[in-house]
Amino acid sequence: MIKSLSFGLLLTLLVLPAQAAFDVGQLMAGLARHPGGKAKFVETRFLAVLDKPLKASGEMTYIAPDRLEKRTLLPKPEILILDKDVLTLEREKQKFSINLASQPEALAFVDSIRGTLAGNRLALERNYLLHLVGNEEKWVLTMLPRDQRIASFVLRIVVSGSRGQMRSIEYLQADGDRSLLTIEPLAGP
Amino acid sequence: MRRNALRALLIWLLAMLAGLAIAWNSRFAADMSFFLPAEPTAEQQVLIEQIKEGAVSRLLMLGIAGGDAQQRAAVSRELRGRLAGSSEFVSVQNGEAGSLDADRDLLLAHRYQLSPAVTAERFTVAGLRAAIGDSIDLLASPAGMLFKPFLTRDPTGEMAELLGGLGSGNQPASRDGVWASRDGERAMLLVQTRAHGADTDGQEAAIQTIRAQFAASLPASAGADLQLLLSGPGHFAVESRALIKDDIFRLTLISSLAIIAVLFFVYRSPRLIALGMLPVVSGALAGVVAVSLAYDTVFGITVGFGAALIGEAVDYSTYYFMQSGRHGLADWRRRFWPTIRLGVATSVCGFGALLFSGFPGLAQLGLYALAGVLTAALVTRYILPDLAGPLVAGIGSTQTAVRCEGAIALLQRLRWPTLLLAVAAATWLGLQRDQLWHPNLSALSTVSEADSRIDGQLRADLGAPDSRYLVVVTGADQEAALQAAERAGQRLDQLVEAGVIGGYDSPARFLPSLATQAERRRALPHPDELRQRLVPALADLPLAADKLAAFVHDIENARQAPALTRADLAGSNLALAVDSLMLQRASGWSVLLPLHPRVEADELLIPAEQIRSALAGSDALFIDMKDEFDTLYSDYLGEAITLSLAGVAAIIVLLAFNLRSPRRLGGVLLPLLLAVIFVVAGLHLLGERLHLLHLVGLLLIVAVGSNYALIFDSASGQATLDPETFSSMGVANLTTAIGFGTLALSSVPVLNAIGTTVGPGAILALLLAAMFVPRETAR
Repeated sequence: MIKSLSFGLLLTLLVLPAQAAFDVGQLMAGLARHPGGKAKFVETRFLAVLDKPLKASGEMTYIAPDRLEKRTLLPKPEILILDKDVLTLEREKQKFSINLASQPEALAFVDSIRGTLAGNRLALERNYLLHLVGNEEKWVLTMLPRDQRIASFVLRIVVSGSRGQMRSIEYLQADGDRSLLTIEPLAGP
Repeated sequence: MRRNALRALLIWLLAMLAGLAIAWNSRFAADMSFFLPAEPTAEQQVLIEQIKEGAVSRLLMLGIAGGDAQQRAAVSRELRGRLAGSSEFVSVQNGEAGSLDADRDLLLAHRYQLSPAVTAERFTVAGLRAAIGDSIDLLASPAGMLFKPFLTRDPTGEMAELLGGLGSGNQPASRDGVWASRDGERAMLLVQTRAHGADTDGQEAAIQTIRAQFAASLPASAGADLQLLLSGPGHFAVESRALIKDDIFRLTLISSLAIIAVLFFVYRSPRLIALGMLPVVSGALAGVVAVSLAYDTVFGITVGFGAALIGEAVDYSTYYFMQSGRHGLADWRRRFWPTIRLGVATSVCGFGALLFSGFPGLAQLGLYALAGVLTAALVTRYILPDLAGPLVAGIGSTQTAVRCEGAIALLQRLRWPTLLLAVAAATWLGLQRDQLWHPNLSALSTVSEADSRIDGQLRADLGAPDSRYLVVVTGADQEAALQAAERAGQRLDQLVEAGVIGGYDSPARFLPSLATQAERRRALPHPDELRQRLVPALADLPLAADKLAAFVHDIENARQAPALTRADLAGSNLALAVDSLMLQRASGWSVLLPLHPRVEADELLIPAEQIRSALAGSDALFIDMKDEFDTLYSDYLGEAITLSLAGVAAIIVLLAFNLRSPRRLGGVLLPLLLAVIFVVAGLHLLGERLHLLHLVGLLLIVAVGSNYALIFDSASGQATLDPETFSSMGVANLTTAIGFGTLALSSVPVLNAIGTTVGPGAILALLLAAMFVPRETAR
């Protein structure tokens, strides 16, 4: 992590003159260089039907470019693994696997997080209109679905972060419910 | 003579007409029953029911290949739409979104009757708090998003309970919204026909409909690139029947033409050929009539065996035409008929042994051949002479006979080398005995390798059940059977819990017994009581009681609702699942509970012993279908060995009684023994794994081949064999070898095995009989 940080610093020196106009291309390049690692996460869901928001927390591991593990520890242990196009969910004694290639809507949804982690601009722009504000130190990327079918699931996705590190991702669903995932990187090995 | 001839002809004609009438009204079949045991055990009975009417036997797997994913998906949707409208299919699935909505609505509407979690404890304050808490926890998970719309109706999470119980979620992959193969290169559909697996006509019609509708579903532009792949038990049955039909025609034609050609070469008289075929036609008809009367249904393979019978049955007239010319009818009857009669008797012993087989196909072959050979011999003896009138001497080439004598002299010099070779072959076979035999029933299957490969691919792509492991329970009526299924289910739940099995299917999951439904209904609280309990139960939860009005309403409805019956499920996939797992028999109902191996298990095997001990003490029966097939085959094989040995023993006793000399008996038996050794060695050398029909073939070598040894033996009193006897034996042997040898061209393994064994065996038997004929005879 320290290595990547110093590498990142070095990069900022190199790109300093261009900082004034931080654009999607630069963001993606920064994200793509991020090698992945382990992070703590807290996911908060705001559901209209419930009086209080629901909180879940655990650890996430991203191994570039296409493996993401999300281990929820509270309130119930649960493991979600995305390996290429196969999504596996283990909860209690049950285990479900689906191939996302078969589910275009779900794939678009998953691509929003995976595409951001990998800095894959093509994958993101296939399904979303991208809008970036901020600078390299603190950026906010807003994604609006291009396709009506996806919009019926999610109205808007907002990702924020700093340099190549994603810090939070927020989903606003069509029914008004909302979920916010915050990410706190852990020191790497 | 003329009047006799006329009378004989009339009697024969009448018998033939009667036979034709019976044969015309016979039922012919070319299905798996050929291989299924006549007197099954309880386990085998399940096996038979599964093959004949089980749900799995009605599944057809379809794959659409070629074109691009979008085209395939479009054709898949179009095809599903077309097939779903047809009455020939009970279900057509392609994984299209929305196709399971009706099932979900049914589950939701009847969840309090269906969910195994519904107990009185679940609706206490503590129970409600725990169940609702779990549902809210689930909402925090991605999977919870599926259940979010139902939270206020179903806060205790019975839907999650029901869907979770549905198993491993082993759904096929999909592309563009429809099922696809694992590599995505084919669109996949799963079809269940209305016709039973044993209804080959129905299966054939269904497959034709599928092919026609597929052709009609193709878009005009890219249609040529897309192909349909199809497999399943019904497809195999249809293919196998076509193969057998084709074989019957082809083999009979080849065998008849070749034999007629031989006879023409020898007799050069169309009249004699026609007369010579008379016993053959009579024999073939008698065979069909006997089988039809005894078994009701005549198997196609049995009729295909007729090709061999032609070669065997034509021998008797050959002997008569070629031998009686010189000696006259009376002399022939006195000198030659007893030998032929003994030959017929040995053949009867051989075929007759098969009659006692529990393998229905084998018993039929035995009866068919037995009736055929007897009839042919009797027609030759009693009808043919009158019809044929006086014959001239020297039919057939005498020159051939002279050359034969030279050949015999040469053969006899090879006695010792032959014996040495036989000893060497026998020793080799003894050493190789573990690799000689094919271990299972698949050896007899008519399914081609290409078809079997496609089947394996489609099956793996669809994750289609092969239903290898089943638990079977029975009950006097539907309710009793469902209760038995629930009791067995409780034991199986423990095995799932312990990780011994991955899961199981049960009709009681969608159609619980009335007793269980009543118990669940009693567990539901009165609405007022429920409202009261919800207040403390929700105290610490982020859900307000006033949002759960729909829940209280649904519970009230469930308390009043009549019991769920099969009729409520009509038209859904749930009904299909229930129907496919329940069979109504004359004696009551039986329920199948297919077991699924753990997904992580390497070989997808299930430890049979653990299941059996878990079910011990209940009336549930655990069945491993593959094991049953293997046992069935080894039973057949064991029985075939016993019967063959008994047949050979009967032939030896018969010969010993007639020949009354150990030396002569030895002279007749030695060539047969050697022929059997050489044939087995030859087949093994060619890489053929022997199965039980080869064994039967060996028995027939002894039964048929003994005729030649007997004729050499009967001539041993004379100074020399007369040329007619020689050439008649040569011709008879040739026709027999052609008849049986034709079967070797068959692609039906049952016939092929008999052909490759008896064809060469008959020729070897003749050559060896000539080689070991006592020296004083030949000189």
